[in-house]
Amino acid sequence: MTPQFLFFCLAIVAITAALGMLIARSPVSSALWLILNLFCVAGLYLTMNAQFLAVVQVLVYAGAIMVLFLFVIMLLNVAALPSVRDIDWRLGVGFVLGVALLAQLSYAIASSTDLMPAEVSLESTVATGSVEVVAKELFTRFAMPLEMIGVLLLAATIGAVLLARRVSPK
Amino acid sequence: MLQTFFPLFLQLLMAGGLALTLLLGAKYLGPKRPNLIKRQVYESGMDPVGSAHQRYSVKFYLVAMIFIVFDVEVVFLYPWAVTFKDFIAAGSGLGVLAVILPFIAILAIGLLYDIKKGGLDFDS
Amino acid sequence: MDLSTAYDALGADLQATLSLWLIVLGGLIVIVWDAFRERDALIPVFAGLILVGAIVWDLFQLTAEPATAFYGLIRTGGFAAFVNLLLEVSALCTIVLSVPYLKRIGKDYAEVYGLVLFAVSGMMLLGAANNLVTIFVGLETMSICLYIMAGLVREDEGGIESALKYFLLGAFSTGFFLYGIALLFGSTGSMYLAEIGHAASTSTSAMYWSGVGLLLVGFLFKVSAVPFHMWTPDVYQGAPTTLTGFMSTASKAAAFASLILVLFYAVPYEKWTLAVAVIATITMVLGNLVALSQRNVKRMLAYSSIAHAGYVLVGIVAGSAEGYAGALYYLLVYTLMNIGAFGVLALMEWDNESGRTQSLDSLAGMGYTRPFIGVAMGVFMFSLSGFPPFGGFLGKYAVFAPAIKAGYTWLVVVGVIASMVSAYYYLRVLYVLWMKDSTDPAAMSNDKRVALTVPASSTAVIGFCAVLLLVFGVYPEFLQMAVDFFSPSAVSIAP
Repeated sequence: MTPQFLFFCLAIVAITAALGMLIARSPVSSALWLILNLFCVAGLYLTMNAQFLAVVQVLVYAGAIMVLFLFVIMLLNVAALPSVRDIDWRLGVGFVLGVALLAQLSYAIASSTDLMPAEVSLESTVATGSVEVVAKELFTRFAMPLEMIGVLLLAATIGAVLLARRVSPK
Repeated sequence: MLQTFFPLFLQLLMAGGLALTLLLGAKYLGPKRPNLIKRQVYESGMDPVGSAHQRYSVKFYLVAMIFIVFDVEVVFLYPWAVTFKDFIAAGSGLGVLAVILPFIAILAIGLLYDIKKGGLDFDS
Repeated sequence: MDLSTAYDALGADLQATLSLWLIVLGGLIVIVWDAFRERDALIPVFAGLILVGAIVWDLFQLTAEPATAFYGLIRTGGFAAFVNLLLEVSALCTIVLSVPYLKRIGKDYAEVYGLVLFAVSGMMLLGAANNLVTIFVGLETMSICLYIMAGLVREDEGGIESALKYFLLGAFSTGFFLYGIALLFGSTGSMYLAEIGHAASTSTSAMYWSGVGLLLVGFLFKVSAVPFHMWTPDVYQGAPTTLTGFMSTASKAAAFASLILVLFYAVPYEKWTLAVAVIATITMVLGNLVALSQRNVKRMLAYSSIAHAGYVLVGIVAGSAEGYAGALYYLLVYTLMNIGAFGVLALMEWDNESGRTQSLDSLAGMGYTRPFIGVAMGVFMFSLSGFPPFGGFLGKYAVFAPAIKAGYTWLVVVGVIASMVSAYYYLRVLYVLWMKDSTDPAAMSNDKRVALTVPASSTAVIGFCAVLLLVFGVYPEFLQMAVDFFSPSAVSIAP
């Protein structure tokens, strides 16, 4: 079970889930597909030795952001979208082919210039993605931005309360 | 490195597999004799009225927003929880405390503000 | 990172950035205070005092040696103090002007003052950043606070449009910005501006330039340069007027200061100037031309602020110490004029039922009923259009002269013609203010207008801005000081 094999398995599932999210007609099923997609992306991070990022992905995206998605779906009471059969599939096929061509072209351009990142062996990234390494940088070098992130989150809380609060009869 | 996470993948696979097996098993093995009454939405014996989809109050949305804020806080507390012993061992325990305590305090002020302003008040 | 010595410099760093922490602490206290005693009238007073304290501290820091704090994440000393002072003065004026204004429109939430303080702390991070992480965190802290302020008037469609537009477009620009940071980090392996510049001076890759381009898009959005200006008129129009003044001055000043730092330290000069020069040209031309046709004064000032972003960019294009200093000086002068102009507008914006008429005609004849305010508005308008002896003239000189020296004469010609055009719409405001009778009965309901009292505090702030503009117009001490921030000796001390 090499990382490459795992990467491709996860990538295929992730793309399938993304397509499922687009195709699903009910907003709630779309959201469920998205959860699968986000989990797969977390798995992809793991295959690249970014464990902290993987945990954060599950915690924030698959957890909190999804909750927000579902709340918005409930709040807006979105009706189901028109059936898949009404979509012109020829457009879809054309789109997929166009994207494939674009990807090919951009790969060709990127590999002929210096846009492609240098290849890094997986072993060398082991030491960079673990929680311990992130924590030791976060709480020493980046302690000051950390406090400001606290301020940022506080401002966001205040904004949510201030803007969602009922207009008080003065 | 990845081998460390093998049990995790295995567990995910088992959880997903179990759920799928049970669902599919129920679908294909169980007897099905549907009729109109059975297929109705269960409403404690009453005939269902209206749509089950109802608009939520904006209050719930507020809870979700605040949940996100504190979820992000947890993201920052998690590395601290993993490594604070290393900091203590290096003699910087107070230093890291001086970093994380204000951070928690700032967000606690957010919670205090929220409670005082009735953001978590559902009755009114 | 050696953990045992990681926090040795903490005390010295805290002291070096004292004004920042004072303002953060003040903001926290305001929030707690408001949680327990809602809309306490003393809260804005307290917030103002905090800012006064920070201003005093930064005045002493103006002559301090440049250095960095917190592992080189943020710079201290002259440049930082200059930018901080600008932001703090802008915030202080905003708070004083906002108290009566917000009360009048029924939005006197004390949280606003906390948010102003938080926004200023974010801007201080942004304007004195030495690292891409600092820039990003500062930018976001500032933006979140501004989004909330823009949406304060929830009953008004314009207010909702303002907040939503600002938020959505701002989120997009943040995406560009973040991607630019990622590419810069990927191509140079560092987040520190000086190290990025060092890596780029030996060799640059296409990835590096893509990163710089995306970063520039993010910055140009925040300073509302054409073609990233689309949000500006709607957002400025819908937001509460005094807070619009804050948005258009402090947030722009911080973003420009940060842009100057990035271009100065992290990007080799020759490569980006032409692109920025082109953007400066279209910004000046489009901003001024569209402003000509505006009937709404607030919208007109929004387009004028787009045009002024173009003037500042001219100074940046020059790329010399004088050019950057001129841009900083222009920002200082621009802050005073715009805060003043929006302050006057907030006073004159009189309520006809739903409230917020800002058409030019509604100002007719106000010069005679409120002569002091009328004269002050005259100072702001003359200064905005760049007449001597006001600050606006010296500011324009400070950005245009280095650009000529750098060989961008065509750019300066465009700038001068554009500011000549701008005189038309600025002076039209004065014409309406002083020479037109408020005869239109529909726009009148004069009793209401007379009932509109002008608080002494607002008068004081507007007078303060006008007097400072006169002082800065004849006394270029600050300009000379700003040049020294970019002298080789200062740069070598704080890389």
